[in-house]
Amino acid sequence: MNKAQKFFGSIQILLFSFLITVNAYASEPQIHGEETHETAQNEHHESDHHEAAHEEHGEENFNAGDMIMHHIADGHDWHLWDWKGHAVSIPLPVILYNKERGLDVFLSSKFNHGHSTYAGYKYNHGEIVNADPNDTSTFYDISMTKNVVSIWISVIILLLVFLSVAKAYKKRGSDAPKGFQSIVEPLIVFLRDEVVKPSIGKGYERFMPFLLTVFFFIFLNNLLGLIPIFPGGANVTGNIAVTMVLAVLVLIVTLAVGNKHYYKHIVLPDVPLWLLPVMVIIEVLQVFLKPFVLMLRLFANITAGHIIILGFMSLIFIFGQMSFGGGLGAGLFSSAFSLFMSLLEILVAFLQAYVFTLLSALYFGAATEEHH
Amino acid sequence: MELVTPDIGLVFWMTLTFLGLLFILTKFVWPPILKSLKEREDFIERSLKSAEDAKAEMSKLKAENEALLVEARAERDKILKEAREMKEKLIADAKQSANEESNRMIASARAEIDKEKVQALSDIKKQVAGLSLDIAEKILKRELDKGDDHDALVAEHLNKSQMN
Repeated sequence: MNKAQKFFGSIQILLFSFLITVNAYASEPQIHGEETHETAQNEHHESDHHEAAHEEHGEENFNAGDMIMHHIADGHDWHLWDWKGHAVSIPLPVILYNKERGLDVFLSSKFNHGHSTYAGYKYNHGEIVNADPNDTSTFYDISMTKNVVSIWISVIILLLVFLSVAKAYKKRGSDAPKGFQSIVEPLIVFLRDEVVKPSIGKGYERFMPFLLTVFFFIFLNNLLGLIPIFPGGANVTGNIAVTMVLAVLVLIVTLAVGNKHYYKHIVLPDVPLWLLPVMVIIEVLQVFLKPFVLMLRLFANITAGHIIILGFMSLIFIFGQMSFGGGLGAGLFSSAFSLFMSLLEILVAFLQAYVFTLLSALYFGAATEEHH
Repeated sequence: MELVTPDIGLVFWMTLTFLGLLFILTKFVWPPILKSLKEREDFIERSLKSAEDAKAEMSKLKAENEALLVEARAERDKILKEAREMKEKLIADAKQSANEESNRMIASARAEIDKEKVQALSDIKKQVAGLSLDIAEKILKRELDKGDDHDALVAEHLNKSQMN
């Protein structure tokens, strides 16, 4: 959050004056095409009204913050694009459980993008709330959101790829790899020989399935997150819930495989007696801090990457609202930089999957180490 | 805060989905892949090792061959040397025995000759004596005609000369 907000904040400060100017003239209807004839002084005045269409469905002027948050957040529908002022999106199933009202399952299109209430719930800026403000009953939202669907898409891709690869291995035995085998084999061998084996040492084999699954899951979802259109685009690995589940699994595995040396090191570290209480607290804390940092690192890196690219994209619209030339200039500038960032993000996609796997392996290795 | 608050629904689905993925991949995908990779690596390692062994065997064989060759050459040289020595010895022996034989033959020939010479001389002496007697007899018969005393005298003279 810090990283994300800081960056977002810096964009806002940078463009503060422009946004104020843009917002100040929001209500005046104008035709977009006319703005090129305006004098320099009037450009701000005229430029914002190509956004007028958005006002029909409640959206105000272009707001980079809202746009970015909307893109990196989870959603109950999969927003594809806006068409003539209306959002074109794939509705996804909403599943709500309330102790009193029971289970409700319906498509998110029932909310009509926040305009209607349904079954006593309404949609309020990406969040489902009780329609009645006086209703304080709690409910659980286990909807199949955009991220859930995206996770399933990635799982389907992983299964298709790896089941066929496994079949190829069964059929071809120890022959040279072919097709998809050639793509995944270097990664598997790299992980085994450069990550898992050196980190864990003897008995590394039993951690291979978990670590390989984690690596390929994160890597594929990182890559899917970089694709801006439908099957990709969801910010799965930049979602704290997803990284939390992965980190908690790492913690559970670490605690489950930890041997007596590992636990002795936590409850009875080799330190002078007077230092023992402090050290025990630190040791116990770091058991939980390690996976916590895993969770934050993946989340923050992927989210930050998305925010940077979206920030550059926002520049186009912010400058475009001021003048046609500004939009064109910012468009060229931002496209170049987003391209650069996207390439960098491909590297980051691999790097973060690698780092997560490497650190998990190191934690497992520390938990199973025989002696110091 | 919305960004860092884990969504309970997503946690639920993510846990379910990921564990399912982990289960399927662990059961059906990773074991055959890892096994094949291991097998292939073992195979490659084995092949490399056997190639190495073959190479070592080859060089060993080569060294052995070379040693055999050297040995054979030495053997040949030795045999040749022996043959040469044998030849020289044979020649020397033959020469020596030939020498001895010839010396022996010469010596025996010489002895024979001496014997023959003695015989011949004695024959000659006899014949000379006989002739001399005849001559003397004739002379004596003709000139002196004195009888047997002369014969005894001549034989006495001959015996004396034989003793010389």
